[in-house]
Amino acid sequence: MAYALQQLINGITLGMIYGLIAIGYTMVYGIIGMINFAHGDVFMVGAFVGVIVLTALAGVTSVPLGLLAALILSAALCALYGFSIERVAYRPLRGSFRLAPLISAIGMSILLENYVQVSQGALERAIPNLIPGGITLMNENGFIVQLTWMQMAIVVVTLAVLAAFTYLVTKTPLGRAMRAVEQDAKMAALLGIDTNRTISYTFMIGSALAAVAGVMFLLYYGVIDFYIGFNAGIKAFTAAVLGGIGSLPGAVLGGLLIGLIEAFWSGYATVAYKDVAVYSILAIVLMFMPTGLLGRNEVEKV
Amino acid sequence: MSNLTQNLKDSAAVAFVALLLFGPFLGLQLGDSNVGNLTLSTRPGLLAAAVAFTFAARMAILLWHDHKPAPQRTAKLTASVVRSGRFIAPGLLILALALPLIPGVENSYIDLGVLIMTYVMLGWGLNIVVGLAGLLDLGYVAFYAVGAYSFALLSENYGWSFWECLPVCGILAAAWGIFLGFPVLRLRGDYLAIVTLAFGEIIRLVITNWVALTGGPNGIDGIPHPTLFGLSFSMAGGPGTFAGALNIMPTPAQRLDYLYYIILFLALLTNWVTLRLRKQPLGRAWEALREDEIACRSLGINLRNTKLTAFAIGAMFGGFAGCFFATREGFVSPDSFTFIESATVLAIVVLGGAGSQLGIVMAAMVMIGVPALLQSLQIYRMLIFGIALVVIMVVRPRGFISTRKPTVSLGKAKIITADMISEGHG
Repeated sequence: MAYALQQLINGITLGMIYGLIAIGYTMVYGIIGMINFAHGDVFMVGAFVGVIVLTALAGVTSVPLGLLAALILSAALCALYGFSIERVAYRPLRGSFRLAPLISAIGMSILLENYVQVSQGALERAIPNLIPGGITLMNENGFIVQLTWMQMAIVVVTLAVLAAFTYLVTKTPLGRAMRAVEQDAKMAALLGIDTNRTISYTFMIGSALAAVAGVMFLLYYGVIDFYIGFNAGIKAFTAAVLGGIGSLPGAVLGGLLIGLIEAFWSGYATVAYKDVAVYSILAIVLMFMPTGLLGRNEVEKV
Repeated sequence: MSNLTQNLKDSAAVAFVALLLFGPFLGLQLGDSNVGNLTLSTRPGLLAAAVAFTFAARMAILLWHDHKPAPQRTAKLTASVVRSGRFIAPGLLILALALPLIPGVENSYIDLGVLIMTYVMLGWGLNIVVGLAGLLDLGYVAFYAVGAYSFALLSENYGWSFWECLPVCGILAAAWGIFLGFPVLRLRGDYLAIVTLAFGEIIRLVITNWVALTGGPNGIDGIPHPTLFGLSFSMAGGPGTFAGALNIMPTPAQRLDYLYYIILFLALLTNWVTLRLRKQPLGRAWEALREDEIACRSLGINLRNTKLTAFAIGAMFGGFAGCFFATREGFVSPDSFTFIESATVLAIVVLGGAGSQLGIVMAAMVMIGVPALLQSLQIYRMLIFGIALVVIMVVRPRGFISTRKPTVSLGKAKIITADMISEGHG
């Protein structure tokens, strides 16, 4: 029981991070119908910016201020990365045949990974635990169930970001424009929405969320390298598909499910095969439930 | 003149964005990774150089756009490349056949030739799935791995030789192609791509973690080299070896040349089978499937069988190539079968023009040959590869030989060139 509770806590924390990345996939897929393969690497760039900012500010400011600075700077810079990636690699290919943007995205992913590797080295980067301690929830025969401050901070920050994001999408003119472009880009353009600008904003918002996820990942694990984006990206994409691609609540739900599956699989089956479990779920969901949990049915047009 | 001012302004804005993007990564450098003891140093010179380069590059692109040649020229260029293909292809074939015989060609070039031809073969194999049948496969490396590990395990446990294993590897890989292809029959486009990627990763992870069977991350060592009618290419010489039978001095070049001709033969076999299949109902069905799946189904083509045969035959050639890879290296480990390999092969197919056999050869020479020659730039190799993928896609979204012409068509065959893409054709 205690063990299960601990895995539940770990799974929810991890799931929150996946959910944040999954939103970026789902938004981009919803609007321009492509898998933004480089999204996982934007997440990695975000984590690296986090390390750099935290290192630069170490000893200068207090820990909460430093974390806040890391989050804001990382989100801002990754938004710029997302914007630039879309402008350079995807926009010229809009309306091109369907393989072209995917190959370009794969190229962008390889480019970002190696850019970080070459500029910052291939070493793993570790930071100390900045928010140590936590509260003990349960003690069962010596097995201590802990909810660390760190995990709470991750969940709280994620929920706050999600609340802000939900407000943005549902209540602001930009959010309306994004939803309109997602439903019918041509009609939205006819009604005076600048679709190019809306798509740029979508990339920027998705990348900023990925950056927040990157900093959270950095805090949670304490260790990152230039290759974390690949795995996290595929898992987040799985989350987006599981929740129903194009659906924003679905992305978060899918992220939580993937996090829980990963935590419980590691806890009760084998750690070595936890990624195999996630990838198998991706395949199974797509085969039997291609629209995911909260997705819409797509009509096949001739 | 105002045009120039505008260009300068635009370039300055791009350079400013570049300054922000590169700032933390090129301008700063993290020091040694001691837990909690990271240090930062600054590199203003590098940052300034990168920003200046971005400014210059942007300026050059803008100037090029102002003086861009008329679009007819690209179409003409494409047509002339296609026409000259008739001469380039036999020329390349003769060069490939004669390369080891030319005196003075160093072993390293033969080795590079073997490497390029392995990728040409993989490209031709994947081309059946992606270029002909239009099924986007991001996990092709799985079949390469199946071929390599089949040979490694059969030779390690049962002492089978290369030539005994080669057909078995192909059959096993084809079986895996059907096995993995069956569940994804209903999926299309990007979804298919991501599931095949997942399958590729699953196979790699299973190979890595099933230590008892595969040796895990340490791989399998001591895989035998191929023999010629039972004659080995051992450096020891003497009876039972190639050099001993011919009564000549054994040299490393003999084995290398033999490997070279094996892969050349396998690659040409792949090409020949593809070209023959394109003339038969199956190949025609693949092309129809690529052009329009719904029309294909309406005309009574069995989609399941058509897709599965494409997966199986593509996978079979991947298996052959994997078997060759194992015998060439003498060693297999999961590190050789990462997603990057799949991406490389797919990039070769797409850059080659998805469907063009000659285009794939040219793409493989560029994507494999050029980085291999830039050995001194080892750490920048993948960086350049990534940049090249993006740039080539943006400049020529349909690849080097950018035509896609069905083998048969009613009336005038429609050639789709890169210029027409923005108009929504194809």
